[in-house]
Amino acid sequence: MAIQFIVNGKQQSVDVPPNMPLLWVLRDTLGMTGTKFGCGMALCGACTVQIDGDATRSCITPVSSVAGKKITTIEGLSSDRSHPVQRAWIEVDVPQCGYCQSGQIMSAVSLLAKNAKPSDTEIDDAMKGNICRCGTYQRIREAVHRAADLHKTEAKPSRPHGTEDALEERALRAGGAA
Amino acid sequence: MSAGTITGIGRRSFLKTGVAGAAGLAIGFYLPGRFEALAAEPAAAATPASLNAWMLISPNDDVTIVIDKSEMGQGILTALCMMAAEELDCDWKKIRTEFAPAAKEYFNPAFGMQGTGGSSSVRSSWDPMRKAGAAAHDMLLQAAATQWNVDKSACRTENGVIYHDASKRKLTYGSVAEAASKLPVPQDVPLKDPKQYRIVGKPTKRLDTPDKVNGRAEFGIDVRRSEMVYAVVARCPVFGGKVASFDATKAKAVPGVKNVVEISRGVAVIANNTWSAMQGRRALDVKWDEGPNAAASSASISQLFADQMSKPGAEARKEGDAASALIGAKQNIVAVYEAPYLAHATMEPINCTADVRADRVDVWAPTQFQTVAQGTAAKICGLKPENAFIHTTYLGGGFGRKAGADFIIEAVEISKAIGKPVKLTWSREDDTQHDYYRPASYAKMAGGLDPDGWPVAWTTRIACSSIMEAWFPGSTKNNLDPTSVEGVANLPYAIPNIQVDYVRTEPGIPVGFWRSVGASQNGFFSECFMDELAAAGKKDPYEFRRHLLNKSQRQLGVLDLVAEKAGWDKPLSAGRYRGIAVLEAFQSFAAQVVEISVDRKARSVNVHRVVCAVDVGRVVNPANIVMQAESAIVYGLSSALYGEITIEGGRVKQTNFNNYPVLRIDAMPVIETYIVPSEEKPTGAGELAVPPVVPALCNAIFTATGKRIRRLPIRAEDLA
Repeated sequence: MAIQFIVNGKQQSVDVPPNMPLLWVLRDTLGMTGTKFGCGMALCGACTVQIDGDATRSCITPVSSVAGKKITTIEGLSSDRSHPVQRAWIEVDVPQCGYCQSGQIMSAVSLLAKNAKPSDTEIDDAMKGNICRCGTYQRIREAVHRAADLHKTEAKPSRPHGTEDALEERALRAGGAA
Repeated sequence: MSAGTITGIGRRSFLKTGVAGAAGLAIGFYLPGRFEALAAEPAAAATPASLNAWMLISPNDDVTIVIDKSEMGQGILTALCMMAAEELDCDWKKIRTEFAPAAKEYFNPAFGMQGTGGSSSVRSSWDPMRKAGAAAHDMLLQAAATQWNVDKSACRTENGVIYHDASKRKLTYGSVAEAASKLPVPQDVPLKDPKQYRIVGKPTKRLDTPDKVNGRAEFGIDVRRSEMVYAVVARCPVFGGKVASFDATKAKAVPGVKNVVEISRGVAVIANNTWSAMQGRRALDVKWDEGPNAAASSASISQLFADQMSKPGAEARKEGDAASALIGAKQNIVAVYEAPYLAHATMEPINCTADVRADRVDVWAPTQFQTVAQGTAAKICGLKPENAFIHTTYLGGGFGRKAGADFIIEAVEISKAIGKPVKLTWSREDDTQHDYYRPASYAKMAGGLDPDGWPVAWTTRIACSSIMEAWFPGSTKNNLDPTSVEGVANLPYAIPNIQVDYVRTEPGIPVGFWRSVGASQNGFFSECFMDELAAAGKKDPYEFRRHLLNKSQRQLGVLDLVAEKAGWDKPLSAGRYRGIAVLEAFQSFAAQVVEISVDRKARSVNVHRVVCAVDVGRVVNPANIVMQAESAIVYGLSSALYGEITIEGGRVKQTNFNNYPVLRIDAMPVIETYIVPSEEKPTGAGELAVPPVVPALCNAIFTATGKRIRRLPIRAEDLA
């Protein structure tokens, strides 16, 4: 039976086993490979996405549990790298191999949504579930601080550029018309 | 062969489509980037002109640099572009990159084949990339001069534009690239005076960053082909074992599973998605013939090594008469050191996509060794190597692991068996349990001190597996594998009697190149033992080393710099302790001071600060040297604090990050990196900073607890 949910503002319907983790639905069924497989046990954070705004490890999340929910992946953060966390990541030149960075960024977005000005300790606490084997941690801390500054200076009632909300609004309008 | 047309056009089209929505937006918040160049690109880019194997220029002035090294996080993509652009004098913002196909033009002179490793990339590409850039630059100048009918010497270039100042005319590179590409390639074009450098030596942002913040960078595991199926492989848990028999009935009953086939390395389960393939493998019933290694354990391997200590070894270094000097010494210090097997644990698990056809095989892989991948794929398919096309993707970490051909073999065999393109994915458990491990190693160290506390003799005997014989049988001479002794055989200290020997010992566990290779364990042995000698001689560990490095200027340079920056001459705050170490690795030099505190009740160590000094010759990208130092220190700390692969019943006990932990952000120390200015030839930085951090940490723990750590990883009981 098809399972329906919204990914980055777009309605999706998939016919897969209900216990298939969301990670593999995103990567293999929907072809959205920005979300990464790292451990399959919620130990490394590479697969982090947001489900209704909460950072979640998609590798252990059965797709049946997200029916009707809104999912944001790295691809949905912005259409043009304009999300403050992406901008901070670029300014600080955080990635090396880059494989863990989708998950790092999604965890950082979630942290900043809850805590606009995290301390180093709070950053460590929120980000310790995300492993980086290249050791970019020092720059991750710096970039989270930078993103917090960018968020603050640009605080607006609605988020800029094609972010999730705008895309979703468009998708809903399209859905309504259909 | 025009490299750009092989992988290039396809990927360019993909990228162009992918960012179409952003075209025309002002994106001024980051400096040079591929994305920015693309956004400014006109709708249709005509075919680029190839000036040499690495440089293509399009009529719209885009410069494509063909990257013939694997980008696995070490920043080589950006460094190669910097070397090329320095001589080519092109517009940095118009640079794009493509990964090279497997071809002779791209052989790494350090290996005699195409591959990335041994911190050889900057060292081996420094001359070829600059020479190619200079030759292409000369061809562009000549083409413009010919068009203007003036002498080449009256023309100059700046940032991708050719000027004839006398007539106030100018032409862009793109407008003359086609004509330039038809000119003969000039030989021995003079290279720039380094004083004129405007790119090399300047901190430069990575060109691959923009694609790594939005999920667009394509790693091997992200490759998708039409009609592609997904596979996982069940392998014998015991090294050297094989399939005895299997029953696929239950596996085939799992929804999504399409096929089950036996291959040389196990049994492959093929499905319409990765997860179903994994579920199918779980249901698969395989009986293994475990082979001769089923009784091996970490304890039996350690004993095997210990038994070698009385046997004669292959001589790695002999100066003076160390045995006699030990007997004559005032004080003898003897110690046994041990290091465990280590997994690489790249964040991107092992994977490979293969498509075997009657007349060709295509392989998309995060590989470090393209020539090996090509030869392997061709052989399996009974094709000539030129009909095996290797498409190198970004690597989600390499660290030596992705030099292996095991994943190439598996994917190609599966595709050949089922006649379809297939993506093979390893789980984290597969990756942890079927690695080519950093060899476990065992070393007996002895040192003799004179009455003043200075060393007169040093001996080391090492027992471990040979990586070189495992990977390139017959490549070592006299049973001496240089990778087994590097980090101690090149001991830089002025000690009159030195003997280092090696007893090759093969416990049957697969071994391979692990970031910094032999120096990763031998650096621990030698620099911890140096500290033991310093303590026995009642000397300050920094002054002790300093005194003995009077003929090793580059080691001395990094040692002095690190001591100065760490404030070695200043007291630490209460409860803080520090240790120091200095090592040469891959023709580069690093010294570190690690500052810690130890909670002896909780039996835990806290690493607060690591100060690192490096000498890598002339620096191409200082920003990247800092990144690599931090990266290597984190990698080394992970190994010292947690890293251990243990063997039981001939198989690996560890499975995933829960029992093979690595450093996380909450344990991340402050790292400060300093670079010794140098005009020596550039050398590598990717592995350099791994070896010193382990002994510097253990030496710091000694100052805190009075206990020597001679076996890794550091255990709770070591901290009591």
